Amino acid sequence: MAKIDDEPCCGAPAGPPSSHIERPGYQLWHFVEDLVETPVGPVPKVSTNLVMSDQMGAIRVRLGYKRNDYKVAPGLYCVGSPGPEDPVFVTANYKLSFDALRRELTGISGWILVLDTRGINVWCAAGKKTFSTEEVCRQVKATQLDKIIKHRELILPQLGAPGVSAFDVRKACRFKVIWGPVQANDIPEFIRAGKKAEPHMRRPTFTLADRLVLVPVELSLILSRTTVLVLFGIMLLSGIGTEIFSISAAWQRGLMAIAALFSGVIAGAVLTPALLPWIPGKQFALKGIILGLMAGYATIFLHKGNISTLEIAAMVLSAVAISSYAAMNFTGATPYTSPSGVEKEMRRFMPVQALAVLGAIIAWVAAPFI
Amino acid sequence: MDTFRYLPGVATLKLDPEPCIGCGMCSTVCPHGVFEVEKGEKATIIAHDLCMECGACATNCPVKAISVTPGVGCASYIIQVWLKGKEAADCGPDCC
Ligand code: SF4
Ligand code: SF4
Repeated sequence: MAKIDDEPCCGAPAGPPSSHIERPGYQLWHFVEDLVETPVGPVPKVSTNLVMSDQMGAIRVRLGYKRNDYKVAPGLYCVGSPGPEDPVFVTANYKLSFDALRRELTGISGWILVLDTRGINVWCAAGKKTFSTEEVCRQVKATQLDKIIKHRELILPQLGAPGVSAFDVRKACRFKVIWGPVQANDIPEFIRAGKKAEPHMRRPTFTLADRLVLVPVELSLILSRTTVLVLFGIMLLSGIGTEIFSISAAWQRGLMAIAALFSGVIAGAVLTPALLPWIPGKQFALKGIILGLMAGYATIFLHKGNISTLEIAAMVLSAVAISSYAAMNFTGATPYTSPSGVEKEMRRFMPVQALAVLGAIIAWVAAPFI
Repeated sequence: MDTFRYLPGVATLKLDPEPCIGCGMCSTVCPHGVFEVEKGEKATIIAHDLCMECGACATNCPVKAISVTPGVGCASYIIQVWLKGKEAADCGPDCC
């Protein structure tokens, strides 16, 4: 009689054995292809192809979902078949930054030094000083980079410059910083040109596509939990009338008010970013007002029923206020607005926005009584 | 990028030509071409209004010839600065 452990197992035959690069207690990223031996131990070699799960991850964070939890471990990686003379590219440990870099390194052999920027992209991390002189030197030391490579050059993305002083890096760890291009996709050309960036590689772009990918995050910032409370409050306000409180009015007028607010959100957080260069004016709050006016009026045409002048005023005012605020908030996502300018706009337009909200509430509540 | 110009006359950028050694680093790191440094000459500001106060030039000038108040150009951050002061302000986990 067969012993219990000799019994055939049900289901499919067993899969492949564990690969030689797996380590107990660690989960292997799909992009690690191999471990490359160096004088200070093995370094993971990464693939330059992005696969479905990388793209899904990118979509996830672009939609604003768990955007702060998309990281790779800091430290040293490599691509191709790197030797001691090959270049070192420094980046942030936000996986989107890391992916953008490794994708552009197709056909290039080199090292990737990932800083611990707490999962934040290069530019924002440089502003917050987690992409910093100290962190560059800390990782250089921790990875014993000087024992792996013969030269003493690090290629840093130019947008990391607010956080890293090339001179201080040289002083602190005797590595020379070479400022690479702003956009990762210029890296192959930059390398071909002998590590020289053409002037156009030194400027960020802000194309329609660049602006549109920012829209979902803008929307997710506005449509938070407080929004639900605000909507509930609006329903309540809309029910107040000559018969003290009417559920049907709360519903009907409430929907109208919400449509107006929603049009303001679309005008400020979607249309303003999309149409940015074509809307007159330099101030974002003003661009938001212009589009908010149009969006507010558009919603009125959608409800052809009987709307009083006061209600029209309330709806347009609320759309304008929200659109203007949302547009002003978009300054934080652009690569060209100065904080001093944003502050100036805010001082000028926040009172206007507040007055518009106040006016809208008064007009909305007063409308049924007139 | 030239299609985008923000408010004129607000940037806090200042250049003190006195200590400048003409190394050119400011013009390399600036994302908006604000500086021009001719070979063997001192740096000059050629497009003050394009400055977005990122602070890259000031951080990288070896002789501290440049000053700028760097910051986050994000409305919710600025509101926090107004309410809580510069130290406590944080644009929160969802900001940049
Ligand atoms: S970085 Fe400083 S020293 Fe060098 S050119 Fe610019 S201002 Fe002059
Ligand atoms: S602060 Fe930034 S944008 Fe302004 S001049 Fe310096 S590097 Fe250029």
